[in-house]
Amino acid sequence: MSSKVYTVLLADDDPDYLFQVAYHLRKSGYEVMAVESQAEAEQVMARTKPDIAVFDLMMESDDSGFILCYKLKRKYPDVPVILATAVTRETGITFGLNSGQDREWIRADLYLEKGIRPEQLDQAIRKLLKI
Amino acid sequence: MAQLKVLVVDDEPGIRSGVSRILRSFHVTYPFMDEDYTYEVLEAATGEEGISIIDREMPDILLLDNKLPGIQGVEVLEYVRKKNYDIVVAMITSYASLDVALKAHNDGAIDFIPKPFTPQELKISIEQITKQQYLRRITHKLKVEGRKVRFQFLSVLSHELKAPLNAIEGYLRMMQERQMGDSISDYASAIDRSLQRIDSMRNLIMDLLDFTKVSFERQVDKLQDVKLKDLVSMAVGTVSPYAIHKDIRFVTNVRGCETIWADPNDFEIILNNLVSNAVKYNRKGGVVTINIDCNDNEFILSVEDTGIGMNDEECGMLFEEFSRIKNDKTRNISGSGLGLSIVKKVVKLYNGVINVESVPDRGSVFTVIIPKIQVTNIKAEL
Repeated sequence: MSSKVYTVLLADDDPDYLFQVAYHLRKSGYEVMAVESQAEAEQVMARTKPDIAVFDLMMESDDSGFILCYKLKRKYPDVPVILATAVTRETGITFGLNSGQDREWIRADLYLEKGIRPEQLDQAIRKLLKI
Repeated sequence: MAQLKVLVVDDEPGIRSGVSRILRSFHVTYPFMDEDYTYEVLEAATGEEGISIIDREMPDILLLDNKLPGIQGVEVLEYVRKKNYDIVVAMITSYASLDVALKAHNDGAIDFIPKPFTPQELKISIEQITKQQYLRRITHKLKVEGRKVRFQFLSVLSHELKAPLNAIEGYLRMMQERQMGDSISDYASAIDRSLQRIDSMRNLIMDLLDFTKVSFERQVDKLQDVKLKDLVSMAVGTVSPYAIHKDIRFVTNVRGCETIWADPNDFEIILNNLVSNAVKYNRKGGVVTINIDCNDNEFILSVEDTGIGMNDEECGMLFEEFSRIKNDKTRNISGSGLGLSIVKKVVKLYNGVINVESVPDRGSVFTVIIPKIQVTNIKAEL
C-alpha cells in the first residue's frame, strides 16, 4: 500500500461484525470510522469525507444501506461505496426495487455478500481505490 | 365494476345470440365481492374456433355445447384442463347422456345448462359460476400470499439465526489465527461477546418455539380456569434473578377477576413476555407494576414499568416480527424481536387487544384487554 492512509466509513448494526471488520481493516492499514447505525453514518458523512464507504443494507430500516449510498453519492460523487448484505443469498431477492426511479438513485459501486473473508474485502477496497 | 369474459361455443347461432343478449344487461353482486360483475360475451361456432379464441382471449367462463360439427365439446374441455387454464366450464346440452355428463364432470365441468333454457335459468347458472370462480381465485390468492408471508418470515429468521453464528465464527477465526495476541486473555472480550451471542440465539430459539406453538390450532381441551395471580408469580419468579441484579421491585394488584377461562400456556406466554420486558427495559432501582382487573365485559391486564420508554414511532413498530427498537438505550439489551409479536398473536386468539402507552425515559404501560365472551378463533392466523 502507498504511504497515504485511506479512511473507510464502515456502518453495520451488528456490533460484533462491525468490530471484526473494523479490526481487520485497521490491521490492513486503513483508518476506520466504524458506526452502528444509519443515523451515525449520516452524522459522520456530514463532517468528514471518507475515501471509501462500506454499508450494511438493513439497519434501522430495511433500506438504510440504500439511503446511505444515495446520500453519500450526492455529497461526494467520487467516493466509492460497497454495499455489504446477506440478504441476496438468504432470500434470493435481488434488489427488488419498485421503480426505475428507485433504481436510478441506488448507486453502490459494488455489492458484496456478507461473510466474505477479510482479505476479499481488502482486495475489493483496493480495487475501488485503485491502489 | 369488473367484467368477466364468457365464451359460448355452440353451432346454433340462436343460442349464441341469445346468451349475448341475456348477459349484456346482467350483473352479479355478492356480499364478499368488492365489486359487481358484468359480462362480455364472445362467440364460437365450432370447437376449433373456440380453442383459438380461448388461447387468444383467455375467457373466465366457458359455455360449451357438446354436440359440435368438428371436435366435440368434451374435447375442448379436455384441452382447457390439460392447459391448466383458469376457466370455469359449464356444458350446455340438449341431451346430456350419462357418459358425456360423467366425462365432462370428471374433466372439470361444473355445471350443466339444459337446452333449451330460459333467460332465468341461464342467469342462475352464470351467477353460481361467477361466485365459484370468484371464490376459487380468492382462495388461490390467499394461499399464495400465505406462502409469501411464510417465506418472508423464514428469510428474516434465517438472517437472525445466521448473524450470531457469523459473529462467533469471526471471533473464533481471530483466535485460530492468533490475530490479537498469543495469550487467552487477549481474547477476553471476544469470548464474552461470543457467549452473549449464543445466549441471545438461545432466547430466539425459545421464542420461536412459542411462536410456532401459538400458530397452531387452539386446543379446546386445554381450556380451564386459570388463576392469573399464580401465573404472575411464576413470571416474576422466572425473571427475579435479573430483577434482583437490577434492583427492581414488583407490585401486583388484583382488583377482581382472578381467574380466566383459557389455556394456561397462552397466559404464561403473555405474562412472561410482558414481565420480562418490563424488567429488561427498566432502569436500575425501577418498579414493575402488574394490575389484574375487569369490568362487566372485559378482563384487563396491565404491566407497567419505569424504564426507558419509547416514542410514538417506536411504539408503532413494536408488535411486528423481528422488530427491535435500536438506539443507545437498547444497545446492550438482547432480544429476539419476536416476544411481543407472539404476545399479540396469543391475545388475538382470545379476540383481545394489546395496547401500549409510553413516554421516553419515563416508562411504558402494556395493557391487554380480553372480552369475557370469547368467540374463540379456531385457528390463529399466521
